[in-house]
Amino acid sequence: MAIPFSWQLINLLAALLLLIAFAMLAQRRVTALIGLYAGQGLVLAASTAAMARISGLPHLYVSAALTLALKVFALPWLLHRVIRRLEIRWEVEPLINIPATMLVGIGLVIFAFNLAEPISQMASPITRSTLGIATASVLLAFLMMITRRKAVTQVIAFLAMENGLFFAATSATRGMPLVVELGIALDVLVGALIFGIFFFHIRETFDSLDIHHMEKLKEH
Amino acid sequence: MSSSIDGINAALAATTAWLALGMLGLLRPHSVRWVGRVLFPISAALSLVLAGIGLASVLKAPQAAVLPLGLPDLLFHVRLDPLSGFFLFLLGVTATGISIFSAGYFRTGEGTPPGLMCFQYHLFLASMGAVLLADDAYLFMVAWETMALASYFLVTTHHRLPEIRQAGFLYLLIAHVGALGILLCFGVMHGTGWQFTFDAMRTAHLAPGWSSVAFGLALFGFGAKAGMVPLHVWLPEAHPAAPSPVSALMSGVMLKTAIYGLIRVTYDLLGTIRWEWGLTVLIAGSVTTLFGVLFALMQHHLKRLLAYHSIENIGIILIGLGLSLTYIGTGHPALGALGLAAALYHTLNHAVFKSLLFLGAGSIQHVTGERELGRMGGLARWLPRTAFLFLVGSLAISALPPLNGFVSEWLTFQAALLSPALESGVLRSVIPLAAAGLALAGALTAMCFVKVYGVVFLGAPRAPKETELHDVGRWEQTGMAWLAAGCVILGLAPVPMLRLLDHVARLLIGQSLGSQALRSGWLWLTPVAAERASYNPIVFLVLIVGVTLLTFVLVRRFYHGRLRRAPAWDCGFGGLDARMQDTAEGFSQPIRHMFGPVYEMERHLPSASDAKPRFHLEIRDRFWSVLYLPLAGLVEAVSRQVGRLQAGRISIYLLYSFLTTIFLLLFV
Amino acid sequence: MSLSGVLNQLLQSLLVVAAAPLLMGWVNQCRAWLANRRGPGILQPYRTLHKLFHKDAALAEGASWLFRVNPYIQLGAMVLAASLVPMLAVDLPLAPAADVIALVGVFAVARVFASLAAMDIGTAFGSLGARREMFVGALAEPALLILFFNFSLVSHSTSLTTIVQTLAHQQFVLHASLAFAAVAFVMVLLAENARIPVDNPATHLELTMIHEALILEYSARHLALIEWAVAIKLFVYFAIGIACFLPWGIAQAGDWAAVPLATGLLLGKMALAGAGLAVVETVNAKLRLFRAPEFLATAFLLAMLGLLLHFVLQV
Repeated sequence: MAIPFSWQLINLLAALLLLIAFAMLAQRRVTALIGLYAGQGLVLAASTAAMARISGLPHLYVSAALTLALKVFALPWLLHRVIRRLEIRWEVEPLINIPATMLVGIGLVIFAFNLAEPISQMASPITRSTLGIATASVLLAFLMMITRRKAVTQVIAFLAMENGLFFAATSATRGMPLVVELGIALDVLVGALIFGIFFFHIRETFDSLDIHHMEKLKEH
Repeated sequence: MSSSIDGINAALAATTAWLALGMLGLLRPHSVRWVGRVLFPISAALSLVLAGIGLASVLKAPQAAVLPLGLPDLLFHVRLDPLSGFFLFLLGVTATGISIFSAGYFRTGEGTPPGLMCFQYHLFLASMGAVLLADDAYLFMVAWETMALASYFLVTTHHRLPEIRQAGFLYLLIAHVGALGILLCFGVMHGTGWQFTFDAMRTAHLAPGWSSVAFGLALFGFGAKAGMVPLHVWLPEAHPAAPSPVSALMSGVMLKTAIYGLIRVTYDLLGTIRWEWGLTVLIAGSVTTLFGVLFALMQHHLKRLLAYHSIENIGIILIGLGLSLTYIGTGHPALGALGLAAALYHTLNHAVFKSLLFLGAGSIQHVTGERELGRMGGLARWLPRTAFLFLVGSLAISALPPLNGFVSEWLTFQAALLSPALESGVLRSVIPLAAAGLALAGALTAMCFVKVYGVVFLGAPRAPKETELHDVGRWEQTGMAWLAAGCVILGLAPVPMLRLLDHVARLLIGQSLGSQALRSGWLWLTPVAAERASYNPIVFLVLIVGVTLLTFVLVRRFYHGRLRRAPAWDCGFGGLDARMQDTAEGFSQPIRHMFGPVYEMERHLPSASDAKPRFHLEIRDRFWSVLYLPLAGLVEAVSRQVGRLQAGRISIYLLYSFLTTIFLLLFV
Repeated sequence: MSLSGVLNQLLQSLLVVAAAPLLMGWVNQCRAWLANRRGPGILQPYRTLHKLFHKDAALAEGASWLFRVNPYIQLGAMVLAASLVPMLAVDLPLAPAADVIALVGVFAVARVFASLAAMDIGTAFGSLGARREMFVGALAEPALLILFFNFSLVSHSTSLTTIVQTLAHQQFVLHASLAFAAVAFVMVLLAENARIPVDNPATHLELTMIHEALILEYSARHLALIEWAVAIKLFVYFAIGIACFLPWGIAQAGDWAAVPLATGLLLGKMALAGAGLAVVETVNAKLRLFRAPEFLATAFLLAMLGLLLHFVLQV
């Protein structure tokens, strides 16, 4: 085995990322979902730090710290607050049953892996493996967004999608320039806040966070 | 005449003798004694001889001959090589058991008289033999169609019942659509020489596009005969309609002739194999496997259930073939040989255990007169021997070690696990999925046969018995015991079998399974290498039986064997009765719940206010409503349009002829 | 076949048969502690077995030979399974008789016979237990098989001894796909050993029980044999987990000096695993029966995902 240990570590973290993405797909409770999201953030921070060690790029450390602060502590705390304030029912009712969703998920993973294969042939060996996983976690988050009914879950799915993109950025391109990363971090934060405000408005209008009610908004 | 010609002459003689036996049956068509006690035992002996001939010819070089029969320019060509030898062996071994069983089975009653039945039965056997021996497209098609017709008449033995006539019609229809596919396939393959011998096809060079067309046609044609999804619809209708020995023969052997045809065309006649074919077969096989087992679980009619399991097992064989084709197509012939061996092994295994199970179902039907699982129960008390033999078959089909079903599934898994050798990412990720499907199907099969055995043989009888039941006669028992012994032997001695299959692989792929596979001694099955995987069923069996016996002795020695009989625990309520047991539908309810979207279900649940509460459940095949009914509608619509041509006036018909003549004169 | 191999084989099989009730007692004791109870002590399973062997067996009317033979088959199958998994050293003369696929087959044989025996009497509970057992098994068995395939891809072998040798005695490699396999394995272990959240080993509540419904009609020595087999099964599952995920410490072939250490390590790992199981059982609630398929389908899909991941990561 010629692969150095740190790369194995990144591979393992990538696998964990995917594992958590699947766990989120299978999870029914919103609180647990937020916990999983925080876990994913932790994995992401660890992999960014590992990447920083391999590549010796100091700004990646900053981005790892940022990830840790934002995605493991700030956002989950915010989300917890929101759901407590809104008194959201814990159970998320998925539109399709969970095993079927997971099967679709497996299909997406195969698709993503095969999609990433030709691209990653050109890139460095470490990218080859992680790019597919990043693509897969983005697609899985998308799937979660489609199959869930509650607006909160959809937002969490959206944030998970961003995690996948971030992972692709750090692993494939060795991170973006720091300015861009800071910008994105800010965007995510602001986005989450806006969503939070939206929740309140949706509930005021419909007395529920079920996005089914929004179907009434279409023109007849 | 050298001895190498003798094998083929002997095989031809045996096939002809079958035909002659059938004719003899017509001499005294209504005598059960003549047909049952004289002709069928002779037929069984003949089958055994044919099995021997097949076995011997697997080890020999191919032998070919030309018969002085057929059309003036198209004489019948025959050939006996390891592949056809292997399938003759399969035919012979299975037919031996079934013929012995049939000797006791046929009785006077309604439907076709036994003599006529004996004729049809032997015509069926002989035509299957001819299919395996044929070496040109003409003889192949003649034998193939004879086989379809003979089995059609056998299926409609009880032709007074309308649903049986309907089943027979459906069978004949799909058999002919399939035969059309095969005919077109031969048409594509003959190349430019207008030569219809297989030899000419072997040497003809086809453009890659045309060879894929030929493969597609072959897969369609033979798939229709084998019961590949979505061409399977005839199978669950025709198999239950036929008398049990015929069902056994159809499921055990006739489906295998389709596998034989597919292998013959793909490996032997087409030459260059492409991996895309492998992928197609692999996917078709996986779908067929899961479909078959999921629908089998829902059946409550024993023979229909077995028919769905035939679909499942054809799927498993196709998975093995698909793996083999994929490996060969990507340039790994050694791995392809393993896949082929797994597929062929499963072909033989399925022939043996499925025939056994169909014969068991026939025995049950004879003794009890019941076909519905819901009216059986506790039969092991009256039919202890049948119950035991049926148990062997059930364990074998559930792929439990150390019986034979396990060996071939094990080999298929081993072949699938070699997928990292492939370069393509898509293939590497699809093959594990197929393996996962196979694993799931295996476990579900076990569930299904626990259901069958538990509902039929164990527990208490669900319907009252008017008369005391008696186990089936000695002929029937011997026939089933022969097949059960086959299950055990094929399970315990896989290595000699694999050596035989190595000859077939060397003929078709030009590649041996490898010295490792065969050199580890006859006890140790090591298909790739000893460190990679090994299996020894005998150690397995000895250990499990040894510990069982040792425990028994120790418990008796150190404690005691005191026993008292007591009524079963009824939770203190009393009034435990047979209706409280699980029914067949109840047993598979969790599966229905979980795989709900697969089924097309019509359900009537009783409500609390019903005066006569009734639970009704009907499960239908989605392919009917999605594929076949629209297709039938389309055909009907088209024929209505065509029907307009038929105006009923002679002058208009003459005009058609006239126009056709003009057209032909212009363009040809 | 070397002498040391034979000795090792005998030692291991005897150890498993003798120590399995101890493990069961340890798990129960841990559960009691976690629930703030004193617990019966870890030797309780031996006392129960002894008591059961002394009693007269009551056999339900209508029970056939299948019902009477089943307890012995259960024990036989589990002892066979126990002699196939490398626990102390990798040279087991019997291990080549069956690889992981056949090992799964052994469990399947036991399950099928247990279910058939349960249907033999013809009571509502028996068939209910058989149905549930086969259903859970029908999903757990493929999951187990597929997660073993993860190992076979890593070590190019389906033989457990080769797997252990590759993982323990070669250069250490982090295999990402095995992370998935590990999660799936824990889930299968819980389901196959009738543990919370799939089944509750301590209940006789008819709405939820699976394993207890299956053996409801058994008494005395038959019940004792089944209980013993159940204990061995748990031990073997732990041993499989140890061999696959924590193989360090299992002695090389012919290395007798390492065997005492290996024995100590094995018992230590077992104790830890048992405590871990007790924790899992304490913090989880039993799932509704209809959630069990979802639980197992997740295990199945995770194992499959591991396979896909292996091909992508190429490690």
